[in-house]
Amino acid sequence: MTRFFLILRVAFRAIARNKLRSALTCLGIIIGVGAVIAMVAIGEGASSMVRSQIASLGDNVINIFPGSDYRGGRMMGGGTNSSLTEGDVEALATQLPYLTAVSPVVNTSGQVIFGNQNWSTQVVGVGVDYLTIRRWAVVKGANFNPSAVRSVAKVALIGQTIADQLFQGEDPVGQVIRIKKMPFTVVGVLDKKGMNTWGRDQDDVIIVPYTTAMKRMSGQTYLSMIMASATSAAALPQASEAATELLRTRHRIPPGGTDDFSIRTQADIQNVMGSTAGVMRVLLAVIASVSLVVGGIGIMNIMLVSVTERTREIGVRMAVGAKGWHVLLQFLAESTVLASLGGVLGILLGLLTAELVSRFARWPVLVSPQSVVVAFCFAAAIGIFFGFWPARKASQLDPIEALRYE
Amino acid sequence: MQEIERRDGRPPVVLGIRDLVKVYGRGEGEVTALRGVSFDVQRGEFVAIMGSSGSGKSTLMNLIGCLDRPTRGTYLLDGEDVSLWGRDQLAEVRSRRIGFVFQSFNLLPRTSALENVELPLLYRATPAGESGGPSIAEQARQALVRVGLGERVKHHPSQLSGGQQQRVAIARALVNQPSLLLADEPTGNLDSRTSIEIMRLFQELNAGGMTIILITHEVDISEYARRVITLRDGRILSDHPIAAPRDAAAELARAPEPE
Ligand SMILES: Nc1ncnc2c1ncn2[C@@H]1O[C@H](COP(=O)(O)OP(=O)(O)OP(=O)(O)O)[C@@H](O)[C@H]1O
Ligand SMILES: [Mg+2]
Repeated sequence: MTRFFLILRVAFRAIARNKLRSALTCLGIIIGVGAVIAMVAIGEGASSMVRSQIASLGDNVINIFPGSDYRGGRMMGGGTNSSLTEGDVEALATQLPYLTAVSPVVNTSGQVIFGNQNWSTQVVGVGVDYLTIRRWAVVKGANFNPSAVRSVAKVALIGQTIADQLFQGEDPVGQVIRIKKMPFTVVGVLDKKGMNTWGRDQDDVIIVPYTTAMKRMSGQTYLSMIMASATSAAALPQASEAATELLRTRHRIPPGGTDDFSIRTQADIQNVMGSTAGVMRVLLAVIASVSLVVGGIGIMNIMLVSVTERTREIGVRMAVGAKGWHVLLQFLAESTVLASLGGVLGILLGLLTAELVSRFARWPVLVSPQSVVVAFCFAAAIGIFFGFWPARKASQLDPIEALRYE
Repeated sequence: MQEIERRDGRPPVVLGIRDLVKVYGRGEGEVTALRGVSFDVQRGEFVAIMGSSGSGKSTLMNLIGCLDRPTRGTYLLDGEDVSLWGRDQLAEVRSRRIGFVFQSFNLLPRTSALENVELPLLYRATPAGESGGPSIAEQARQALVRVGLGERVKHHPSQLSGGQQQRVAIARALVNQPSLLLADEPTGNLDSRTSIEIMRLFQELNAGGMTIILITHEVDISEYARRVITLRDGRILSDHPIAAPRDAAAELARAPEPE
């Protein structure tokens, strides 16, 4: 133990004696490790944000869009955008055992006014089960009831952003706001949900009964989409299949004909996001290994130069009794200490970069302690691996020839 | 003690050297530095090796010090054939039994005198300071004090005079308390008074039982030893005891300390 400490001390002194060179030697490792830490933090931050956003979609959600191909909220292909009706909702709710809740969704938008405050926002018409499906709580007041839907009532639930913009601390519940010049009574305030996957503020929204949205506001007779909740995550595929079956029958689509609607489940979205994250992880691993190998070669290079330069020193050490493995250990310790030092500095650099990214690019970062530990161990291993050959070379020198080396 | 041993029989042979030949290089550039050297050294001897430059003194010393291997011939160290040993065994012997003062010092540059003297302690089979004895630094400091450099422990070789560097080299050779001290011109760079001080140290060590082999150019330095071997062209020219060696301690006592 004492010997190990002594040899380590020799290695530290050699490194300290050549500070500039040591720093340059470490640079490759520093940058490599720093890049890995920062990128993992950025990647993890992004995927954790995506995870929470997917969770914020709701409870095992199934989205049914009109038209045959619907992506990212935009109609992509053929079909009609008026294929979904209230009847479909009714049928899905009553005939499919896989679904616990179904709600129509009617999207529209409009100007909202309260007092002298004025705000343009999205107005969504939904059924009473919508909040359950989206696992969205009402923090003040209460959800509207089925009779409000039936009676086309002018009641509204408002999102946090609207509450902040229009009411500024006042209690909105019971207040009357004007949406598209019509008076609506605010019956509740929704819990904060944050941004969705595409960066839109989900709290900048007003929710009204879908009947009200259709008859009083947009005038449309069809639904923008249908949202449903399956009994469990495992039931999502069957639910989606059964819904397809049911809607094809209801829409009288012949066998082989194209659907005039499309279904996306929460699982589909998760899969897409998951595979993106997987690709990113592989890419990251490749970049990391390339940069660390480059750093390792840098260390090997310098250690080889160092062994040649210090041939006489090696000769002296051997002459006074150092065995081959003492010299091997000394140079191995030196390269490992260098690489570990590079690892530590790289971790600091990575953390700093992650911090700067989160502060200035407003990107969520998540430093995983695992990545820090792995990066450090990897750097140390690089030091051992790439330091071994030079160290072995040093340990095999002939003492008398080493002493005579000019 | 030694006198009694001598009467009982000769003290054990430390070095047994037979027909030692050393050839450097190959073919055209071949140089034969030693052409068959034979002699024995008993424990407790103090031998001076003399000879003109290039006569093979350092070559012989490197062989005795287990730093190099002979081309031919046998070298028995404490009765064991060194040619049968591996690298690590030779290193072990250098560490445990031999103190070597090089003609060219061979100190590590940009390293303090203290650290230079610590070196042999790092590679001992049981590292010094492990079993509760004085620490490595303390042992190294004591060795430096012994050669009169107690005030210069922090200095680097480049900050020391040639003579001081030589004394650091001597301290390094002594720090492991070897039984065999090999010194290649240890007084080459020293003024006569310092040379005599070093000889006093050597005579003290020799009186304590250490076997010493000393290379020197100077006849008056060789007279502090008890036997002189002279080399010429890689062969032994003469090998004879000195009847009345000079006594360094007495000489120093007579000559007053300079200001
Ligand atoms: N590594 C070597 N390669 C080739 N020849 C060498 C080598 N070392 C010594 N020699 C030669 O061997 C001979 C003896 O050298 P050595 O160093 O033993 O002499 P020396 O007696 O110590 O001389 P000095 O008193 O000048 O130190 C010389 O002719 C020298 O040139
Ligand atoms: Mg010589």
